[in-house]
Amino acid sequence: MRFEGTAAYVADKDLMVAVNAAIALERPLLVKGEPGTGKTELARQIAAALDLELVEWNVKSTTKAQQGLYEYDAVSRLRDSQLGDAKFNDIANYIKPGKLWHAFTTDRKVVLLIDEIDKADIEFPNDLLQELDRNEFHVYETGETIRAMHRPIVIITSNNEKELPDAFLRRCFFHYIRFPDVETLTRIVEVHYPGIKQNLVRAALTQFYEIRDVPGLKKKPSTSEALDWIRLLVADDIAPEDLRADPKNALPKLHGALLKNEQDVHLFERLAFMARRQG
Amino acid sequence: MFLPFFLELKAAKIPVSLREYLTLLEGLDAGLVTYDVEGFYYLARSALVKDERHLDRFDQVFGHVFKGLELLGGESGVDIANLPEEWLRRLAEKHLTEEEKKLIEALGGFDKLMETLRQRLEEQKGRHQGGSKWIGTAGTSPFGAYGYNPEGVRIGQDEGRHGRAVKVWDKREFRNFDDSVELGTRNIKVALKRLRRWVREGADDELDLSGTIRSTAEHGYLDVQTRPERRNHVKLLMFFDVGGSMDEHIRIAEELFSAVRSEFKHMEYFYFHNCLYEGVWKDNRRRHAEKIPTLDLIHKYGPDYKVIFVGDAAMAPYEVSHAGGSVEHWNEEAGAIWLGRVLDHWKNAAWLNPSKEQYWDYTASTAMIRKIFAHRMYPMTLAGIEGATRELSRRH
Repeated sequence: MRFEGTAAYVADKDLMVAVNAAIALERPLLVKGEPGTGKTELARQIAAALDLELVEWNVKSTTKAQQGLYEYDAVSRLRDSQLGDAKFNDIANYIKPGKLWHAFTTDRKVVLLIDEIDKADIEFPNDLLQELDRNEFHVYETGETIRAMHRPIVIITSNNEKELPDAFLRRCFFHYIRFPDVETLTRIVEVHYPGIKQNLVRAALTQFYEIRDVPGLKKKPSTSEALDWIRLLVADDIAPEDLRADPKNALPKLHGALLKNEQDVHLFERLAFMARRQG
Repeated sequence: MFLPFFLELKAAKIPVSLREYLTLLEGLDAGLVTYDVEGFYYLARSALVKDERHLDRFDQVFGHVFKGLELLGGESGVDIANLPEEWLRRLAEKHLTEEEKKLIEALGGFDKLMETLRQRLEEQKGRHQGGSKWIGTAGTSPFGAYGYNPEGVRIGQDEGRHGRAVKVWDKREFRNFDDSVELGTRNIKVALKRLRRWVREGADDELDLSGTIRSTAEHGYLDVQTRPERRNHVKLLMFFDVGGSMDEHIRIAEELFSAVRSEFKHMEYFYFHNCLYEGVWKDNRRRHAEKIPTLDLIHKYGPDYKVIFVGDAAMAPYEVSHAGGSVEHWNEEAGAIWLGRVLDHWKNAAWLNPSKEQYWDYTASTAMIRKIFAHRMYPMTLAGIEGATRELSRRH
């Protein structure tokens, strides 16, 4: 079982080596990188390329590790006991399996995506250590042990909001998705918008990298923003000549797709103002 | 087989453990890469490095071990005795004035100067300070840093020494703390956890199981009880000293700032310089334009807030004790009075001091502030932060 990238996803060799190592040795793969460089998309593409089901577990600040295993619905059981429903005698009826349970018990291998693990409480990764390491966990209410029939391919993404514990890191493979260079980004654009005019792409990407290089940006635009922006440029039928930097107007055309924060827009307006004064 | 590589990684302070090494061997066993240096590099990197901050160091070690490349990096990478003469000459031409160049001539010209420098570097062993011949710091020899000889050649000095002034009237640029820094903050966060205070507040949206059981037993029918969810209720005010002598502690202050910022929802921060006076500010770039009166803070934030001051408390004693003592502006009332007011209002307060504890007694102002704070001054170490949180969580 090897991942070689897909038609819709440009994967570098280092990424492929990391993914294949994680698949072969059945260890989780921790993926980090700037927002919008395709961390979540990677799991979807692995599932698509290997023709496996994808189980997504989106972590939020309130998510507990237990919720990924199972939840015990005590309220329904209480209600059923009042209504005299015979179901309530069996506690197993009120155990709701979580994402990990689901991933462990399907009859085929699945891809399990634990998205943005750093959003959760600082102890969250520690609580999942055993479960991910041994691929089994214990259900206290019923006394059974859920064991993975097929070890899932686990992809974990992190945005670096919190530092992850060492014990957790030791069990993972790690890959940092670097921001792509011009050639790679051109290939990515080509994959997403086949047959797009080459000179438009060149002009747009030149300007895009210039914007990324502006010092002091709060949020640098990334791959997904570049793709959105180019789609807008194509939809509005903007000619490459119009894109060329006009010193009097530092704000790029349709900048809403690139600059997501009013401080950054102000920064560009200030730059434009200074350019006007000089010119 | 790769043990030397593993040991070199350890020597380069990359946190690798045996477990990661075994993973790498397992990967090679499984035939993930064969006869492919690039593939091996990628596999080793993804198995051994767990943090993008270490990637660069890993690359250096890898290059060194597997290609026999010279280990370059840091200060040790530059052989100081063999500095290319051209660098120095170019630097000298760039920075020296005509007069200074004439002074160099007085010592026998640039070539002579360099020649003597090389000789002395060879003669000299070890670090040197003071004196008038050897190369070191704070001397009057033409070689070394922090010196007073206009013919001097500066070696390894980042900052001007003579910028030290008692009064800083002119505006200075200070750096805002970057809250995106996430270096080693995990430990600080764990230490800060002690400050959490769980309070049930807001809408009833959680089942109170024991309450339901009790109520059901009392009534004889199912009586579901709910209660609000537990939330971290602690409220925190932080005051950071910026600029001046705090510059050397900027990294640890940033770490603390970013840890606190993500750990507490009710957190407000303000900056001050050296000692607290009638005004603080939130943005260092606009510190003179947007001052917030300290009295407003006292009125706005109730006594249930916990207060942490972060500063080295090293200043002239009159900056604390006298009106008009501030180095930046004319203060009507002494810093001690303002600190007293703040401490009267917020009972839970502590001062975190990034300078080493054993030096505190040598600075008069540190002792004064410590007294004002009734000895609630803690060093900015993990143990110190824990001590401060214990003090802060005490009920008054």
